Amino acid sequence: MESAPAQVAVELGELVKTYRQGRARRGGPAVPPVRASDGVSLRVHRGEIFGLLGPNGAGKSTLVRQLTGLLRPDSGTIRVLGHDLVRHPARAARLLAYLGQESTALDELTVRLAAETTARLRGLDAAAAVGESDAVLDELGLTALRSRPLNRLSGGQRRLACCAAALVGDRPLLVLDEPTTGMDPHARRAVWAAVDRRRARGTTVVLVTHNVIEAETVLDRVAVMDAGRVIACDTPGGLKALVGDDVRVELVWRERAPLDVPEVAELHGSAAVSGRRWTLRLPPEQARSAVTAVTGGAAFAALDDFTLATPSLEDVYLALGGSGEGLVKA
Amino acid sequence: MGEPAGTADDEGQGVSTTATENAATTAGPRRAEPEQAALAPGAGFVPALAAVYRAQLSRAKVSRIPLLFVATFQSLGIMVLMRGVVDGGDEARAVVSGASVLVVAFVGLNLLAQYFGRLRAGGGLDHYATLPAPPASVVLGTAGAYASFTVPGVVFTAVAGSLLFQLPLAGLWILAAVIPLAGAALAGLGAALGLLAPRPELATLCGQLGMSAALLLGVLPPERLPLPVQWLRDLLPSTYGVEALAATFSPGPAWGAILVDLGVCAAVGLVSLAVATRAYRWAAAR
Repeated sequence: MESAPAQVAVELGELVKTYRQGRARRGGPAVPPVRASDGVSLRVHRGEIFGLLGPNGAGKSTLVRQLTGLLRPDSGTIRVLGHDLVRHPARAARLLAYLGQESTALDELTVRLAAETTARLRGLDAAAAVGESDAVLDELGLTALRSRPLNRLSGGQRRLACCAAALVGDRPLLVLDEPTTGMDPHARRAVWAAVDRRRARGTTVVLVTHNVIEAETVLDRVAVMDAGRVIACDTPGGLKALVGDDVRVELVWRERAPLDVPEVAELHGSAAVSGRRWTLRLPPEQARSAVTAVTGGAAFAALDDFTLATPSLEDVYLALGGSGEGLVKA
Repeated sequence: MGEPAGTADDEGQGVSTTATENAATTAGPRRAEPEQAALAPGAGFVPALAAVYRAQLSRAKVSRIPLLFVATFQSLGIMVLMRGVVDGGDEARAVVSGASVLVVAFVGLNLLAQYFGRLRAGGGLDHYATLPAPPASVVLGTAGAYASFTVPGVVFTAVAGSLLFQLPLAGLWILAAVIPLAGAALAGLGAALGLLAPRPELATLCGQLGMSAALLLGVLPPERLPLPVQWLRDLLPSTYGVEALAATFSPGPAWGAILVDLGVCAAVGLVSLAVATRAYRWAAAR
């Protein structure tokens, strides 16, 4: 555990949540229950941007729904900023702001009214609600769209408007479930800048993502989840150190790999093949000789593109035994 | 007022599963317990109600208007149709008041059941449930807005029907009581159905059935219905709105009976909105 007694914002202890899969059809096989949280223990420090990374179905959303008081765990403890949320789930709404994956509640409202109504329901008085909504819309670059209903916006813009609703009114903890889904790079930057400004004021952020690039750039610490469990938890750099200094080599062949070249045939054994694309994880020397081999002679003629990269969180995830399906690398 | 109605109750429900863990924590060596962060104030009942009502009302601009026309034209069509069969008297009063209250059933019962069904299925309730607003203000604000949507349609139908069947217009002021009270009863029912239905299709089905019942049992003159159907008619809250409105068309309205009818609407409204509020809390935090 952490040695320094940093202030803890969120503490989850041995959280278990099992979903029953509905009743089996007559004659059909019984559907086994799914453990969406399988003994999750985590600590998030105050002022930290903490990420939950994992593919779809890893249990990230189930975890944040318990954290926000929407879902009651079967067993385990949830403490948020010193409050026991298993015992007092209603306090969650007064401690944190939550951005869920759905926008159904706000869809037919204009961007401005969505933010303003949310602010009112978050307890702000009328004047503060108007002032803060306008400030957040301005911060996220939504001022020009403020009179448009959410369901007439593009997916990314709608997500941005939902972010605005989540950010309006100060809360010491933000719980954001895939906030930047569908956004263009400009909107993403606006969201991360806004999150960062709040972090600078001491806000703690718990973030769900399945985007490894985003996870590496914005998170202070990451919990890697797979099948309802936390399989690793560290800084992105610390996690990457787990996989040593292996280098990732990606080769893309023009049509098919020239397996008649002995060096290429040798690489084929250790490559993850996906169509024309080969992915290899190699120690630096081997990576260098592999690159030398494919960038000369017959192999080079067949090569379309190649990249060399230091390990990403995806490599960490695979090295830790995760299935790797469903992680986004953009 | 500052304390959300939901909070006090929720806080009371201790969860037994963690009792042992908590006991173990406090009994063990005392660790540096972080001080408790102050809880932000919750939204008051009235401000939250006003905010939800305003937001819901604004949705009319975006998506409700076509359906409000449908509701009104449906009632107009029924009255024109019945004009050929009904000559006046009690039957004409029943048709006009039934068609008017039908607008409330269409919007309050049917559309609201569909809305809450969709909201629940689509995860939209999470948004409200993670805000410190009293559940009652979310349910009442939404139901109130849907009841308000019906005002133009009900007034238009009642006036047009009165002209069509040559009924006196003087008693129509009673709509000022009929719309909110029948609105509360039917919208409360719609909200409860929408929130309790396990699937949105079921919410839609219940809403449609409720509206069909209000149509058949409200518009058809009761004397012509078989006895069991008349009992069913007595169970439907819209019936009492219909009867209150119908009575004011007659030359010497029985005010006592009208008050009783409106009282039934109010009572059903109170009960169904209370049920809807509980259903909302149940649906929001599962």
